Amino acid sequence: MLTINNRDRIDWREGMTVRDVLDAMGYTYALITVTVNRTLVPREEYETHAVPDEADVSVFHLAHGG
Amino acid sequence: MPPDATDSPIFARNVPGMTRALQAAVVGIAGCGGLGSNVAVALTRAGIGRLILVDHDRVDISNLNRQHYFQSDVGRLKVDALADHLRAIHPAVQIEGHAMRLTPDDVPSILAPAEVLIEAFDRAQEKQWLIETWSGVFPKRPIICASGLGGLGNTASLRIRSSGAIHFCGDGTTDMSQGLCAARVGVVANMQANLAIELLVRDGATTDAHDQ
Repeated sequence: MLTINNRDRIDWREGMTVRDVLDAMGYTYALITVTVNRTLVPREEYETHAVPDEADVSVFHLAHGG
Repeated sequence: MPPDATDSPIFARNVPGMTRALQAAVVGIAGCGGLGSNVAVALTRAGIGRLILVDHDRVDISNLNRQHYFQSDVGRLKVDALADHLRAIHPAVQIEGHAMRLTPDDVPSILAPAEVLIEAFDRAQEKQWLIETWSGVFPKRPIICASGLGGLGNTASLRIRSSGAIHFCGDGTTDMSQGLCAARVGVVANMQANLAIELLVRDGATTDAHDQ
């Protein structure tokens, strides 16, 4: 089981990547920052970074404006 | 050796212990627009010792609806105009201004002294590479970002979300296409400044910035 954004829970499966988590959550935002267990995962690694069971995953949407 | 400002009457009403901690602190601010200029003012009023300001842009008349500049600043480099305003508040504040467009390659050198980084860019693509670069180079040092500060009102939607050393202020959804209002941008900028102060005063120099 994974915890997403300290709120949602989804089932974990062997070999699950960051991209799999994003797809499972239905996230479609193009510009995001992702952490797994409080460590940033670079966007180049979304397809390969394995998410361990019981991980805390945070997804931050990046909106224009500063 | 910079003058010791901890006894300055400017900071007589500060929270006990706060001035000494902040005087020793270095904060980087990437972007000196609506977020960055207002964060810099708040940190200077709080007694920050040193700021590293990075922005390539010049002040435009349309900036004055939310950014800490004045009519007489129009056409000036933002880092120069802002440095003048900050010194007008606290003459001893140390300002290191970089009038340049920051790239990932610059982060390890220009921002190396910063214990905390304020992400204050306009464009989401720039926010993304700055967060990834900073977190890769200085994984233990806090980066305080902003996302979701467009439109009007809805103050209760503004919040801080954190994961490790990465912090986000804002509502996470609204953007500049909805227009930008000084009050709402200012709330988010001051959330960033308030968190930076809290981390520096409460946690002290827990980062690796002083180990180099």
